Formats: sequence, C-alpha cells, structure tokens
Amino acid sequence: MRMTAWLQATPFTLVFVLFLVLPLLLVATVSFWRATDYELIPAFTFQNYLDVFNGCSNTDELCVTLKTYLSTLKFCFLVWLITLVIGFAVAYFLAFHVRSVGAQTLLFILCTIPFWTSNVIRMISWVPLLGRNGVINQGLQGAGLIDTPIEWLLFSDFSVVLAFVHLYTMFMIVPIFNSMMRIDRALLEAARDNGATGWQTTWNVIVPLCRTGIIIGSIFVITIVMGDFVTIGVMGGQQIASVGKIIQVQTSYLQFPMAAANAVILLIVTLMMIWGLTKLVDIRKEL
Amino acid sequence: MSDPQDKTAQPDATRRTLIKGAVAAGGAMGFPFVHAQEKITLRYLGTAVNQDKAIAEKFEKDTGIKIQYIPVTTDDVTKRAVTAPNSFDLIDTEYFSLKKILPTGNLLGIDTKRIKNADKITTLFTKGEVAGKKVGDQGTAPKKVMYVEKPDAKTFAASPTQFMTLIPTVYNADTLGIRPDLIKRPIESWKELLNPEFKGKAAILNIPSIGIMDAAMVVEAAGIYKYPDKGNMTKKEIDLTIKTLIDAKKAGQFRALWKDFNESVNLMASGEVVIQSMWSPAVTAVRTKGIDCRFQPLKEGYRAWAAGFGVPKSVTGKKADAVYEFINWFLDGWAGAYLNRQGYYSAVLETAKAKMEAYEWAYWMEGKPATSDIKSPNGDLLAKAGSVRDGGSYEQRMGGIACWNAIMDENAYMVQKWNEFVAA
Repeated sequence: MRMTAWLQATPFTLVFVLFLVLPLLLVATVSFWRATDYELIPAFTFQNYLDVFNGCSNTDELCVTLKTYLSTLKFCFLVWLITLVIGFAVAYFLAFHVRSVGAQTLLFILCTIPFWTSNVIRMISWVPLLGRNGVINQGLQGAGLIDTPIEWLLFSDFSVVLAFVHLYTMFMIVPIFNSMMRIDRALLEAARDNGATGWQTTWNVIVPLCRTGIIIGSIFVITIVMGDFVTIGVMGGQQIASVGKIIQVQTSYLQFPMAAANAVILLIVTLMMIWGLTKLVDIRKEL
Repeated sequence: MSDPQDKTAQPDATRRTLIKGAVAAGGAMGFPFVHAQEKITLRYLGTAVNQDKAIAEKFEKDTGIKIQYIPVTTDDVTKRAVTAPNSFDLIDTEYFSLKKILPTGNLLGIDTKRIKNADKITTLFTKGEVAGKKVGDQGTAPKKVMYVEKPDAKTFAASPTQFMTLIPTVYNADTLGIRPDLIKRPIESWKELLNPEFKGKAAILNIPSIGIMDAAMVVEAAGIYKYPDKGNMTKKEIDLTIKTLIDAKKAGQFRALWKDFNESVNLMASGEVVIQSMWSPAVTAVRTKGIDCRFQPLKEGYRAWAAGFGVPKSVTGKKADAVYEFINWFLDGWAGAYLNRQGYYSAVLETAKAKMEAYEWAYWMEGKPATSDIKSPNGDLLAKAGSVRDGGSYEQRMGGIACWNAIMDENAYMVQKWNEFVAA
C-alpha cells in the first residue's frame, strides 16, 4: 500500500525536481558567481548582492532596487485590491444570481473569451483607445468636455493598473466562484431567516466561507504582478521600473550573476508574501 | 582572386592547407558546387529588420538552399551567440556586439578568399573612409573590429588581414525622426530631443548601449560636456550622461521609451511622440502610412551602425559551403539593391548599382531629386517625383558620422545606471 503511494507520487516529484528545484538551485548558485562580458566564472562572491543594494544606505534618495520594489509593491497592492473587488462581485453574481447551470456555464465561458488571444495583443489593444489622439480623448474632445487631450490615460500608472486588472481579474473570479459554489445554500437561508440583511449575509457568511478562494486568487495575482515586466513595459511606455524588467535587461547584457541575484531576492520577497497569506488560512485543510 | 598554388609553395603547407586552398579556389570560381544535392536549410539568426521574406525566397529560387529565419532582438542575437552557438548556421549581428561574441571563440574568421566581392566592400568598413575622407570613429567603428589574424583568433587584428569577423550586410547613419507637421519649425540640433518645448512628446531608445549614445549626442550638442570618446565613457561620464537623462525624465520630457522598430513607428504615427531617436526604415514605414515624417539631418552629425554576417565555428562541410554561397549571393547585387530601396546601404555598392534603375540610384545614393515616383520593394509609394532623400547623398550621410554604436569598457556599470534612469 505504502509503496504504491510513493510510486504514484514519483512522476510528479521527478518533474518537480527536474524543472523547478534544479533550475532554482542553479539560479541560486549562479547568483554567487562572478562574470565578465562573455563568460561566467564559478568563484564564490557576495558582490552581486552588494551591487543589487548599491547606494541603498543613501538617505537622501531611495536606491534603484528599493524604488523598484516599492513601485512593484504599489502595483501589486492596487491590482490585488481592484481585482479582488471586481472578481468577488462577478463571482457573487455568477454564483448566487444566475439560477440555471446552463446560464452559469455560458457566462463563465464569456469571461474566458479574452483569453483566446495573447496577453500582449490584449494589452496593445488599449493603446489606440487611450492614446493622445485615441478614441477616448477624441470622444471627450468631440463632446466638448475637455479642450486638450488627457495625457495620463496612456503610458502611466493608470494604464498599467488598467491592463493588469483587465488581464488578471479572471484569476480572482475562478477560485472565488469555486468557493462560493461549495457554500451550503441552507446557510444563506438560515441567515435570512434570522433577519440578516444582504450586506450582513455577505460579510458574515459568504466572505469567511470564500476565504480559501480569495487567498488562492490573491496568490495568483500577486505572483504574476511581482514578476511581470511585459505589461508594465508596454502600458508604462517602458519608463516604469519593475524588478522583472531589471532582470531582463541584465540577462540581455549577459550579466547572469547579477540577474540571478535579483531573481533570488524577488523570489524571497514573493515567497514571504505568499507565506504571509497562507498564515491567514490553512489551504490544505480548506480544500 | 589569388592563385591557390601560392599556398603549396609556403613552407608550412600541409595536406590540410592544400584542401583549404582547393575549397577556396572552388569558392572563388563561382561557388555553385552545392547545387543539385540534397536540400540544405540554413538557420539564420538575426534581428527582424534584416530578415526579409523576399530575400529568402529569391535566394532559394536562385540556389535551392532554404533560409530559415530566427528573428530576435539585437541583444538576444548576442545572448544566443554566446550561450547557444549551435542553434544557428549563420549570424547577422551588429559590429559592436563582436566585442562580446569574439572572445568566446564561437565565431570563425571568414576567409575573404572565398568571398568573390570581398575587395569591393566599401572603404567605410575596411579603412573607415568615405570617398577618401576619414569619418568619425568614436565608439565601436567597424574598422576596429573588422579583422582577425587567423580564423580561430579571439582578439581583433590591428590592421587588415585575410580573415574578416563579419561580412557587412547593411548599415546606416541614424539621427532624430520628427513630425514636421506637428513641430512646424526647423530642427537642426540633437539638443532639441531634450528641449522642454517637446515635453511629454519625446522618446528615446531603450536599448542601453544605443540610447546612451543618443544621450551623449544631446549632451555634447547642448554644450554640457565634450567627450573624448562617446563610445567608451568613463564612470564619471556615464554618471553625467545618465543624470542629464534622469533630469529630463523627471521633468516629464519623455512620452515613452522604445525598444523595437514597430514601437517607434507606432509612437510616431499615432502622434504620441513628435521627436525621437529613430531608424531610417522606421521613418520610411511611418511615411508609407501617409503621415509626414522626416529623418532629420542634424549639424552634429549621425550615430552610425553596421551589421554583418558571421559564421559560427559549429558549421562545417556542406553547410559551411552553403553559408559562403549565401554570403556571396548576398553581396552579388540583388539583395543589396533590395536593401538600398528600403533606405539602408549595402556593403558592395557597385553590384547593387547594377541591379537598380538609374533614377533609383540617383535618388537613394546620390541625393538627387527623384525623376519618377520612388516605390518601396513592396510597391508602396515612398516619395513623389521631385523629392530629395533626407540627408542627401551617400557621401554626405555616411561622411557625417560622428560616432558608432558601441560596447563600452564600463558596460556593466552603464547598464546598471541605465536601469536607474528607467526607475527614476
């Protein structure tokens, strides 16, 4: 019996070790190496980590690394908050207001339609809409509401958050919807029978019971935003920093040890955030 | 072409050099001996700009050899050349990247004896001259990295030898692109890029090693500092240049930064940006959309770049023959004329001229007004009869080079500072 269980777990363990654990170990190792423009030198050094935090003792101005992390964390928080509110509302509608399973399935599929095309195309399609001479600005000018085009619609924090929300709300909807579907409807009736208002039912019954879904959705969104550099690049006009972008620039200039050091730090920060989230709920117990 | 018998006369002649000599002779005589054998496919690694479908089709029609394009960015070409030299048979890269690629030993020097038109390659590459006049050689000028002593050398030769690192394909001199319809006044200097008049309407390249050169042109034009060599700055000079960029960015000068050809075209065509560092064919692309765009010559001169074909050492035998055949075919005129018509310059002007109409040559290369409508290779209208090419003739443009795209000694530091600019 025991043997079979181990055997069953083996294929996945192997895949896991080969494609996740080993590469991660490799990245961690390289982050302690030295490099020139064209070769890696396997000599142990802390220099890469020191370079990442170069200038961070300066109190006048934040160093690049801290500034970049602050900016990334800001996007993380905003996107998390907005996708959570929208995702919860959409899931709530699908789970409790749509009565027939057929309609539920249909609406759910509708939500996935944007995923039929690539991320980048979904992003770029915002550009002609938000641009200086874009649809929105022309519409507003045509209606006489503004004289000069609104500049902050595109290549700004606003457009980055907008694209993130557009791209990743689905990752909130799915797990929250899943949690909601497993709520015993009798509990809602009981709440109503005891005189709870809609709001009270939502806050005191549904939200606590959806905690697992919310945490899983949050993990999805946070890990994606922490590592993203394409969305921030395209929608931010390439002039908003993100940790992923720094790593990408460094790898394209063959500075692999520096990039590895940055990646290790990013991984640690993200893991800490996830660890914090899992402290709020024991996912294994809830699933 | 030299006589292969010369080689056997040398004291160190071995069977190997004999064979090499014979191969060289075959190559020199017209190189068609790969024909009629099994189909060969060449994996061609380069940037998307040079990888034209029409060129691959024409080459396959002429020789039966297939070209499989691997289009990546300039930075990724270098990355693959260093980390995965077996993943391609032919590399098309910029001369400045050689400083990183050559020391790895992944490229073999190209035997010019096997290149039919080698001695007709423009003097810009071999001597750093245009029409007998020296041009600016700040940065990684091709003549500095053009030759190696022997095929497997890992350092550059100081003077011309038989072995070339890259055989030049296309090159050009870059300057600022502007929207004359939105600026409505003459632009004459690089310093206009950071002129607050264009606040929120300017853009700069986000490829650090090129972007910093544009910034350096601005710094010099604005009279802030004069560099001994813009293409090889000291840490202090890098700090100064990046600070100038950061100050401008904080003041809201840039609408966006761009990294690839299409981004720059879209920024300009949509009117998000009215002035930016730009590539000549990108200006052409904006124009084919019917939007007025100018590749503006500036009094401080141009920032030049050049790309060429390299042969990885992993390619041997028939594949190597096919690579040489492709390079020879490429220099033979058809491809050169095709590229000239897109606004690039080809490496061997003589053969390209033979494949172009006289009025095309006059417009593209001599800076004369077009006597009939100028069309792109796809048939789009580029310029009406009577118009003159921006920047004038080949000699005016390439003679006005101020510096070349470069890899600096302080490259790592520069990239770090560039990240600071992006984060500012």
